[in-house]
Amino acid sequence: MQDKLQALREEALTKINEADDLKALEAVRVGYLGKKGPITEVLRGMGKLSAEERPVVGELANTVRAAITEALEAKKQVFEEEALNEQLKAEAIDVTLPGRPVTLGGPHLLTSIVTEIEDLFIGMGFEVKEGPEVETDYYNFEALNLPKDHPARDMQDSFYVTEELLMRTHTSPVQARTMGEYKGNKPVKMICPGKVYRRDTDDATHSHQFTQVEGLYVDKNVRMSDLKGVLNQFAKQFFGEEREIRLRPSFFPFTEPSVEMDISCKVCHGKGCSVCKQTGWIEILGGGMVHPDVLKMAGYDPEIYSGFAFGMGPERIAMLKYGVDDIRHFYTNDQRFLAQYHQA
Amino acid sequence: MLVSLNWLKQYVDLGRETPESLADKITKTGIEVEGIEYVSEQLDHVVVGYVESCQKHPDADKLNVTKVNVGDEVLQIVCGAPNVAEGQHVVVAKVGAVLPGNFKIKQAKLRGVESNGMICSLQELGIKEQYVPKDLADGIFVFTESVQVGRDVTEYLNLDDAILELGLTPNRSDALSMLGVAYEVAAILNEEVILPDETYTTTDEQATERVSVKVEATDDNPYYGAFVAKNVTIKSAPLWMRNYLMAAGIRPINNVVDITNYVLLEYGQPLHAFDLDKFGSDQIVVRRAADNKTFVTLDEETRTLSDQHLVITNGQAPQALAGVMGGFESEVSATTTTVLLEAAYFDGKRVRQAVKDHGLRSESSTRFEKGVDPNRVKRAGYRALHLLEKYADAKICVGVSEYDALDYSEKDVVITTERINDRLGTTITDQDIAIILDKLQFTYDQDKSTFTVHVPTRRQDITIFEDMLEEVARIYGYDHLDYTLPEGGQFAGKLTERQALKRFIKQVMEGAGLSEAITYSLTTTERATTLVAPDIKTQAVSPVRLAMPMSEEHSTLRLSLLPELLAVASYNQARKEKDLALYEVGTVFVSDEKEITKQPKELNRLAGILNGQWLTHPFQQEHKAVDFYVAKGIVETLVDRLGLDVTFRQAEIDGMHPGRTAEVYHNDQSIGFIGQVHPTLAKSYDLKAVYVFDLDLEYLYDHVDLEPNFNHIPRFPSMSRDIALVMDEMVPSGDVLATIKQAAGEHLYSLHVFDVYQGEHLPVGKKSLAFNLRYLDPSRTLTDDEVEASYEKVLAAVKSTHGAVLRA
Repeated sequence: MQDKLQALREEALTKINEADDLKALEAVRVGYLGKKGPITEVLRGMGKLSAEERPVVGELANTVRAAITEALEAKKQVFEEEALNEQLKAEAIDVTLPGRPVTLGGPHLLTSIVTEIEDLFIGMGFEVKEGPEVETDYYNFEALNLPKDHPARDMQDSFYVTEELLMRTHTSPVQARTMGEYKGNKPVKMICPGKVYRRDTDDATHSHQFTQVEGLYVDKNVRMSDLKGVLNQFAKQFFGEEREIRLRPSFFPFTEPSVEMDISCKVCHGKGCSVCKQTGWIEILGGGMVHPDVLKMAGYDPEIYSGFAFGMGPERIAMLKYGVDDIRHFYTNDQRFLAQYHQA
Repeated sequence: MLVSLNWLKQYVDLGRETPESLADKITKTGIEVEGIEYVSEQLDHVVVGYVESCQKHPDADKLNVTKVNVGDEVLQIVCGAPNVAEGQHVVVAKVGAVLPGNFKIKQAKLRGVESNGMICSLQELGIKEQYVPKDLADGIFVFTESVQVGRDVTEYLNLDDAILELGLTPNRSDALSMLGVAYEVAAILNEEVILPDETYTTTDEQATERVSVKVEATDDNPYYGAFVAKNVTIKSAPLWMRNYLMAAGIRPINNVVDITNYVLLEYGQPLHAFDLDKFGSDQIVVRRAADNKTFVTLDEETRTLSDQHLVITNGQAPQALAGVMGGFESEVSATTTTVLLEAAYFDGKRVRQAVKDHGLRSESSTRFEKGVDPNRVKRAGYRALHLLEKYADAKICVGVSEYDALDYSEKDVVITTERINDRLGTTITDQDIAIILDKLQFTYDQDKSTFTVHVPTRRQDITIFEDMLEEVARIYGYDHLDYTLPEGGQFAGKLTERQALKRFIKQVMEGAGLSEAITYSLTTTERATTLVAPDIKTQAVSPVRLAMPMSEEHSTLRLSLLPELLAVASYNQARKEKDLALYEVGTVFVSDEKEITKQPKELNRLAGILNGQWLTHPFQQEHKAVDFYVAKGIVETLVDRLGLDVTFRQAEIDGMHPGRTAEVYHNDQSIGFIGQVHPTLAKSYDLKAVYVFDLDLEYLYDHVDLEPNFNHIPRFPSMSRDIALVMDEMVPSGDVLATIKQAAGEHLYSLHVFDVYQGEHLPVGKKSLAFNLRYLDPSRTLTDDEVEASYEKVLAAVKSTHGAVLRA
């Protein structure tokens, strides 16, 4: 009987080995391990055996059964793996086809620039202030040392709503408003970005609406060298460490002395090229020491307080930094334009 | 201001400065040089020639064959100019010369006749057409003074001159004169200023015998001086003067006019020459014009005057619009023999009024408007008389007939070295300051560190300490200032909550797939009042309009951001950029007044526009056009992120699709709307199915709840129930949701619609809505019975409230 079991095992293992699909394997399983199979038959015949033989044969039968089962499982796994491989092969796709787009929007270029400027000055301890776009004549002009008959109003041809109200021509009124708010007894350290309006016909370099960022620092003992230092820090962080700045005298009614700031040309590094019109320098902003009349009108004693102010145009900065060739692009919102500046 | 460097050299030694180096120094010290222009190029082989003979060309009517002596030879030159003639001194470009525009002069045959060079016009030498004297505009240039045959013409014609174009800021009107520029350059180069010759001889006759001066409008005209020059010969001004005028951008006319223009540029003091014989009387009366009086100016235009205009009259009729333009009647002409020369100080405001009313801006008016130097008014007259005597053979009457109430005094400004250093952050010495004041040619009294500066009247812009501070700083050099950081205490900078929130909202929009647009605040009146949100409409009476718009297109302040966004969508669609998702954060201008007297409220809005496809992934057959629910999803995402619980109610809004528009409410406050733009309105922008939203950011800023509170992550499982209800098709799902929410009890954890059905298997006019309800108690596992009880309550509530029944 034991010999018979050993023979069955050999026979079954051979058949398992020979089976070439799952169906054949199943036939082997049923043929040897099924209820009508030879091993079951052997076990059924155990009753005829002696008490000594019975456990020995029983154990052997179980061993044989286990061996066959194990071989069956192993072979089955091989078949399943093969089947899976087949299936995966059939499932192959063209990985070079485009993915399903995830649409992300992005900020307008002007917003990106204003945000960057804001963050730089916030880092230097400035706060961000806002003010009305329809401004009073007083704040837009008079509080900034531009009385009604001032010749500099030539430069400020404006959109009036009434005789006393107009579309602000610069963000400078926010300076006067903020100083007023602080009542002449606390330092002011702020920037104010915003929309401004001038009576210009729109063309490649003019826009009746544009953006300005204005800055103001008023405290005791503020020096002109501080203006130079702060603007230098800004320029280096915004435009790059390698850029140099220079200040030139200029004129604004609300500052005295007044300056214009140039940065060295990024293309030629100051040697002179077509980008900087052979000068080596590119004008970036205007500023100066706050005019004593402006301080006085806002309630700051110019004998005690001094300060500096500056203003710049994000459109101009964008045009210089990215080579945008027409200011109207900022306001036509051509999607192909907007999307160019959505990268970080 | 155009500054000829050859001219400038008459007043200040420019040393070895090149135009470029000088321009750089001037720019860095205070006046921006906006450009450098050269009168001509380096010209060789261009010399003075003498036309020895001039004969008609045998085969061409319009050509002449000339023999021109150029010193070392006589050239045969064929010339087409109508004004060429024997005995002229002309400019000859010899063979080998290269004229501006790379025009090479070669030996040529013109209709069979050999030509060895060209006789030139001024234009051919590089002079701009508009500055060439009118009588020379159509022909060759002819010298009127003695010149040396064969000599290079460069010097004679000032062709080697460089012109600096100064961009003058309004305060620096002192540099509207060659002398003013000379003082500036002298300060930079530490040189002296050489003043022009103002001497002349006189006849026995007094000017006052010829003409009297009476000023009635004394505030407008504190000084009026009338000089008289007799026996004047009208002819060309000397070549050097004409050259300088052309370089400065003024066309030479005749000696008298040219002299007044020359002195205007030299001194910055406008002068006017009348023909005294045509003046109409021997008295000058300066007064305001009578209302509606008409007057013909030099340019032969008839001007209607008012009492806001100052005029020079002969006692009866105006002869000049003061400071702006002379009259046609008493204009200097070829027949003039007696010149009445006006040197006056007119008030800037009065002149500006005339300029504004008549649209006339002249070299004169510009200077009066900005204020001339009182101490140069009369001297300019003297200078002109010097030139009239020399170049117009004039006999000058003694003295001047004048009215004089002008303030000639110099203003004193006190500065101290300490204060200068405090404000600049410098460590300059008393000595440094003295040197700077000397360079500026300002006189002063010094008491150790205190300087009392007597500011010359040419510098009307300097009145206070800070003005002098700037003078010292710019001559010291802005380049020499240190880079320092303010010493005041540092306080932290930070965005306000509102500003941070605005940035956050923009980020949510961009994350949702919308790009930011920025449009104009000023639009047409029609657009300003289109698609106005209900919450704005209740506040605004009418849109705010500009008093004097430049065009209707930008005439009115917007009440909604949407119309301009529609225009943007339209613009993009026309350029095949149909699929578009944009948002804008901007201001609308709300006034409750019909007649504006105070500033309108400026309210922040968030608006969005969706056009075309929301998603396109063609090879997987995924196409999703934008629709109401795309727009709503964006708004819902935003308000959810802001911690707000809003409801949407069907709404009718002008310009919106009546069936596809919802107002957004928070606590019964309307805070905006979403929906499809009415097809008729969309069509007017060439758009079809376009969806928009518009939200009140002011409200959102005030009501957001962004402080996250920690909620325990539930440890117990939730239980889920689905419920499909049949109801009237008009019942809004939002109402049913609200009813369910209320009826379901405290354990309802989430609730949403997962199916909407209408059609087969349902009666006409009915629809089915299916909801998923999830129940949760964070502290324990709920029992089936508890959930079942809630479910029953829900069923009862929807039945009684909406007539909704379980779907079979």
